[in-house]
Amino acid sequence: MATYSTSEFKNGLKLMIDGYPCSIIENELVKPGKGQAFNRVKLRNLKTGRVMEKTFKSGESVEAADVMDTELQYLYADGEAWYFMDPNTFEQVGADETAVADNLKWLKEQDMCEVTLWNGVPIAITPPNFVELQVTETDPGLRGDTSGGGGKPATCNTGAVVRVPLFIEEGEMIKVDTRTGEYVGRVKG
Amino acid sequence: MSDWQPTASLEMLKTRARLLSRLRAFFTEKNILEVQTPVLSQAGNTDPSIETFITQQHEDRKHHIQPSFLNTSPEFAMKRLLAAGYGSIYQVTPVFRQDEQGVRHNPEFTLLEWYRIDFDHHALMGEVNAFVRYLAEDLLTLERSQFYSYQDAMIKFANVDPFTANTESLKAATEQAGIEVIGLNESNSDSDRDAWLDLLMSQVVEKNLPKNCPVFIYDYPASQAALAKIRKGTPDVAERFELYINGIELANGFHELRNAGEQAERFHRQQLKRKELSQQGIPADHHLIAALKHGLPDCAGVAIGLERLLMVLTGAKHINEVLTFPFDRS
Repeated sequence: MATYSTSEFKNGLKLMIDGYPCSIIENELVKPGKGQAFNRVKLRNLKTGRVMEKTFKSGESVEAADVMDTELQYLYADGEAWYFMDPNTFEQVGADETAVADNLKWLKEQDMCEVTLWNGVPIAITPPNFVELQVTETDPGLRGDTSGGGGKPATCNTGAVVRVPLFIEEGEMIKVDTRTGEYVGRVKG
Repeated sequence: MSDWQPTASLEMLKTRARLLSRLRAFFTEKNILEVQTPVLSQAGNTDPSIETFITQQHEDRKHHIQPSFLNTSPEFAMKRLLAAGYGSIYQVTPVFRQDEQGVRHNPEFTLLEWYRIDFDHHALMGEVNAFVRYLAEDLLTLERSQFYSYQDAMIKFANVDPFTANTESLKAATEQAGIEVIGLNESNSDSDRDAWLDLLMSQVVEKNLPKNCPVFIYDYPASQAALAKIRKGTPDVAERFELYINGIELANGFHELRNAGEQAERFHRQQLKRKELSQQGIPADHHLIAALKHGLPDCAGVAIGLERLLMVLTGAKHINEVLTFPFDRS
């Protein structure tokens, strides 16, 4: 079992805390001139996304979390799982609903996603920063309006609902920033 | 890459230079002698909570390797000067401590250390207070200084009596303060209790101390005496003090232990503790023991972290702002 000592703590290090894989987001040494030193650490639970603070007695060893970020291609969903493939080895893994979570609406077949694996099982999916989606449903556009002011909701082929300018029509391809959920531009066919 | 560049601004270095010259004026006016003692020493610091940098030299150019130690503090050498009868002294010197790096730590930093003959820790606290106020004058406005005994500070700011609480109550007090700690033992041994007390002091009390004024805490548990004299009473207390400003630990002082036998005994206990913790063995400074046997005058001494002081006075958030080149760039 791999472990890390508190002296090896740094941002991004993955640890097992209370049975969950966590990532260090802040590590501060608290050391009195005389006496026991501590590390005050902020951690993100990689399964739930929750952030917590723990204080470690310096010199303690903590179990490492076998967590890996991999670039995998999204293939398809079968109703129970979402399948991703390593384009080099063609190995496939299935992610469950908790791992996919809210990012479901950005998953487009063939897109490369960052998949966080814990003991080989996906626990979190990060879609590409930008995805190109097809508008499947939106109110008719207003001719002549190209200002982009105002806007209207548009439903895309992945189920995502994005606020788009009034001139966007059904069937068009749009580019969306998945980090903010905002419309970026029209994709010229 | 811009790693060649300093992390302190020119403005900060000017402030630092002015601080040093004002500091020297303060001591000159009081007729306290500036001294310089070796940075490289044949003995190290046996304190288990401090890790010494160890270097070596080839004694006979072949196989014999003589370890040498970079000072973690100039304390032992300065006490030898006191024992030699050289009177009140001060020193500004670089010191080195391993594994200490962070927002307020760098493995190499500067200590201002001074000793006053015929002072006890209360008299020295008074002088430290005057010193800090003198240096702060045109940099930082300070409100009235506060003085708390260790016991009063713990009761007031962490809601627990450090002299009567068992480990279980100390643990309860940390939980009450919302602190989740990993790795502390729950026995009632002195060292385990002290670790809980250190946690409460550094995580709870420090944060709750009054701001914008010097805060002195004095009379520590006897188990945390370090090199301070222990005063008999119920309970016994160590005549030790610390200074905090805005929750930052700036200084540590002692009414100095003068008993050679007790000093040797404390060194020995620390060495045993190091062994128990599988830490590097460090030879105790026999010169200090010899000096105490000869006779150390009644005195009090204090060490102030100069970079910390500069941080507090200028409002710097990270120690790198006051260092020319932090260890990463050294």
